Amino acid sequence: MTDDITAAIEAALSRVQEATTLETVDAVSAETMGKKGVLGGLKASLSKVSDIEERKALGRALNEAFSLVGAAIEDRRTQLVSAERNARVEAERLDLTEAMDRASRGHLHLVTQAWQELEDVFVGLGFTVAEGPEVETDWHNFEALNMGEGHPARGEFDTLFVGHDENEGPGDSGLLLRTHTSPVQIRTMLESEPPIYIVAPGRVFRRDTPDATHMPVFHQIEGLVVDRNISMADLAGTIEAFTQAFFGEGFTSRLRPSYFPFTEPSAEFDIRRPDGSWLELGGCGMVHPEVLRAGGVDPEEWSGFAFGFGIDRMAVMRHGITDIRDMYVNDIRFIEQF
Amino acid sequence: MKVLLSWLNEFGPFADPSDAEAVEAVAADLTSLGLAVEDVISVGSPVEGVVSARVLRVEQHPDAAKVRRVWVDAGDGEERHVWCGASNMSAGDVVPLATLGTTMPNGMTIERRGILGIDSEGMLCSAVELGIGEDHSGILLLDGEAELGVSYAKVLGIEPDVVFDLDVTRNRPDCWSIEGVARDLAAWRSQTLATVGSGFDAIGTSRTVPVAIENPACGRFTATVMSGVRVTSSPDWMARRLEALGMRSINNVVDVSNYVMLELGQPNHAYDLAAIGGGFTVRSARNGEVLRTLDDVDRSCVVDDLLICDGNDVPVGLGGVMGGADSEISESTTEVVLEIAWFAPRGIMKTATRHGLRSEASARYERGVDPTLADRAIERFAELLSLTCPELVVHAGGADERSSGMPDLARSVDVRISEVNRILGTELNLGDLPGLLDPIGFVTETAGEIAKVLLPSWRPDATSEVDVIEEVARHYGYERIGRSVPKPIGHGHLSQIQIRRRRLRDVLIGLGISEAMPNPIVGPDTMERGGIAGDTLRILNPLVADESSLRLSLRPGLLTAIAHNEHHRRSGVSLFEIGRVYPPTGEGLPSEHEVLGVALAGRYAHSAVAVWREIAQALGVGAMIDQSNAPGGLHATRSGVLRAGRDVIGIIGEISPEVLENFGVSERVAVLEVRIDGILSGKAGSGSYRPISRMPSSDLDLAFVMSDEIAADRLERALRQAAAGLLVDVALFDTYRGAGVPEGHRSLAWRLRLQAHDRNLTDTDVAEVKAACEAAASKLGAQLRS
Repeated sequence: MTDDITAAIEAALSRVQEATTLETVDAVSAETMGKKGVLGGLKASLSKVSDIEERKALGRALNEAFSLVGAAIEDRRTQLVSAERNARVEAERLDLTEAMDRASRGHLHLVTQAWQELEDVFVGLGFTVAEGPEVETDWHNFEALNMGEGHPARGEFDTLFVGHDENEGPGDSGLLLRTHTSPVQIRTMLESEPPIYIVAPGRVFRRDTPDATHMPVFHQIEGLVVDRNISMADLAGTIEAFTQAFFGEGFTSRLRPSYFPFTEPSAEFDIRRPDGSWLELGGCGMVHPEVLRAGGVDPEEWSGFAFGFGIDRMAVMRHGITDIRDMYVNDIRFIEQF
Repeated sequence: MKVLLSWLNEFGPFADPSDAEAVEAVAADLTSLGLAVEDVISVGSPVEGVVSARVLRVEQHPDAAKVRRVWVDAGDGEERHVWCGASNMSAGDVVPLATLGTTMPNGMTIERRGILGIDSEGMLCSAVELGIGEDHSGILLLDGEAELGVSYAKVLGIEPDVVFDLDVTRNRPDCWSIEGVARDLAAWRSQTLATVGSGFDAIGTSRTVPVAIENPACGRFTATVMSGVRVTSSPDWMARRLEALGMRSINNVVDVSNYVMLELGQPNHAYDLAAIGGGFTVRSARNGEVLRTLDDVDRSCVVDDLLICDGNDVPVGLGGVMGGADSEISESTTEVVLEIAWFAPRGIMKTATRHGLRSEASARYERGVDPTLADRAIERFAELLSLTCPELVVHAGGADERSSGMPDLARSVDVRISEVNRILGTELNLGDLPGLLDPIGFVTETAGEIAKVLLPSWRPDATSEVDVIEEVARHYGYERIGRSVPKPIGHGHLSQIQIRRRRLRDVLIGLGISEAMPNPIVGPDTMERGGIAGDTLRILNPLVADESSLRLSLRPGLLTAIAHNEHHRRSGVSLFEIGRVYPPTGEGLPSEHEVLGVALAGRYAHSAVAVWREIAQALGVGAMIDQSNAPGGLHATRSGVLRAGRDVIGIIGEISPEVLENFGVSERVAVLEVRIDGILSGKAGSGSYRPISRMPSSDLDLAFVMSDEIAADRLERALRQAAAGLLVDVALFDTYRGAGVPEGHRSLAWRLRLQAHDRNLTDTDVAEVKAACEAAASKLGAQLRS
């Protein structure tokens, strides 16, 4: 019987080694270790051995045989499963650059991108964001901003006047397309109490022939701070903080005297690039006492500063756009670039 | 406003025009003062290689009548010949010779190029060719006694000079003069402003031209008679200065007039005394009254215009804007009457605008001229005119009429040092103010904490305390003001609306839709072409007729963009816009509100519905699609309105074929346009957590046959209600029309995913849901399809 066991082991092991499919391995397993298998049969006939010692010895030999063959079968099975998986993976070989699928994201308009970035910078500096209407009254756009009827500076705004009837004369209705975001200063002061720390991004309009650097419809961002003891030093410091936050390290700012009816003292602010060149960015100044009064704010108790500049120009500069009109054609070949 | 450095230097000096560094420093100082330097132009630099040469003889070209062969001596003893097209020179004249290799101001290089085989050894130059004048009628003739072979510039006494082109802001009328700019610059540099001119003494017998001011828009009018005038050309230096600042040299009288205006900022006008009928009246024009101005244009006036009239009430000048042509100085003039006046700025601005006539005089008057300048200007005029008219006599008895319109000269304002420091953030003392203000004519008297500041007559813009504070800031130096950052009490943040607007944009770009920004100003018929009804607000002064209405809808802009892209072979674009529309309210401000427009080219209506559902879910809004009436401009059978409760908040579907045609779009376009002001201001949607069940789920597929008359979402809502409690999700996965389904009906197949939170579902559970769904559906006339 010992010989039978040895022969069975040898036969099973050799068949397992030769097996190339899982089916064969399963067959060997059944034919060797199943109840009707060779080793199974030997195990069943064990009871016929009368000598206890011999039976015990044979039993041990049989157990070893089961364990040996079982392990060989398991090994082979694992090998074959792995080989089959590898073959399947190999068959799936793919050149990743042979791709035809396209994922397409949508793109925000460049002005929106600059607009949001500017909002974020000013939010970081402690500001909130205010908004106002695009069709405005003459009072909000001019009069309250210290540009009363007939003020010479009005002429510099190239205003588009709005009416209900084409037979009306420009200005008759007292309505216009806002020429700057400054009316939001007035609305904010009238609607809330100081302290005020706002920026107001928005669309503005000028009666201007479009060219590479001008659009009749464009965007500005306006800032207004009204608080106790706000000074020109606060204005200069805020412009500087903005400059570094938005443009990055190595950029600085300066103020130089200028004139706007709604601020006094007034200034232009320039940005100095790391290469030493200057960029004229926008206008600013201390809110004129008459403007504070128009906003219902007592200029003896409160003071403030305001600033404003173009959003479109930020986008144009950042991306080296040579013709601002390209931003407004809505050509997908342009939009997709950003 | 252009100023010439050499001229400024007469009030300084400030910088040597040939010292580039010093010139740059002046430019930087002017910018620091608020006189932004837009351009720095070098003038008077001689053209290298052009020298004085004497004409030895002139020969006619044998074959070309207009070409002469000229032999010249450039002082080196060598005889050269040049070909020359001009004929105004003869033997003995000294002329500028551009030697071989000279590069002329126009970029041309002088080469040895001959005619008929005979070389030309240079070129004789006209004033134009040298860039020093406008005379191109012939060769420039130099002083016959001049040294030969030296630069023509040396012979002419031309020195290098610098023109600064300044951007003078509206609040600085004083800087429309050399003197005003110099005053600011001298104060900034702590220099004394030098006095220019030494006065004029030849005062003759009294001759008065009577003046009557009938309209107080003229505050002051002086008329001074001068005799011994000889009309001739101006000294070269004066002509060059005028030309450097963009004015043509005319004759000595006109040039002096312009010179005084540029130097002091005082417009003035010299009339031929013989032509003014013995007196002046300043009065309002009569409507339709015509005056021919110096530029030979007949100006039809209105009653708001101010006329200077002569003794016979004939208009001789448009007050403060331009003189008349008929009283102009002529070559035979020997006696002039000099008008120097002050006019109120606003009227001048209106007149200049109305006549489209912006003269050097009106530019100054409309900003505000110093009303006290007349006396100095008369004296300076006489002094400069006497340079070319040695016999000049200024007659005593000049008229100096003033009206009620004459500005108050004794203006002052109290300035608190505390206010100066509050506004500027400085720590100045009252004692610092005189040093900053007195040099620019704001004379301070200090007392306690307050300075009484006398406002200079040349700064009509300055009227209040803050105007003076600005002057303090300018002369203290903006860049010396410190920098601090104010500390807001609150924290910076976006509003809920702004956060939700960003979320909306994020959702849209996540769906592969890109943002467009069409023009909100559209053509008069654009809305109509888009099928959008309603009156629009009009632009009353449009730049182009095509941009004269304010839009009521974003659709036309998006369709225009799609057409543009199709035209460039980019079909299938998906665009959105978030922008305002401006429906009028009858009067006053329009009902301006924010709208989202989405246009999906090449896609059908269901794509727009899918986009809307995603947005609605992201922003937590609900709206029903009501297809009972197709909105204007939309596809009649594939469109509807979005209804939130009773309110219609938008439209959804496809653009109608007719509108597509109107905008030149060839693809179908799915569209969504929805008012978002309400959506953005609403509360964020169901933000609270819904626990996910750990129990197994079970799917129930149900197909119902339902009439086409009933919208599928009504059945969906019915199913949701019926299965409530166990329902996790319901989705339409198939529709079918055809055999087995009655005409006018379709089969809608839904998959309901059912799940309980606390137990496994039993067959009974599923059967109950199915029965409930069947019952709910039957109320809509929908039959379960077996």
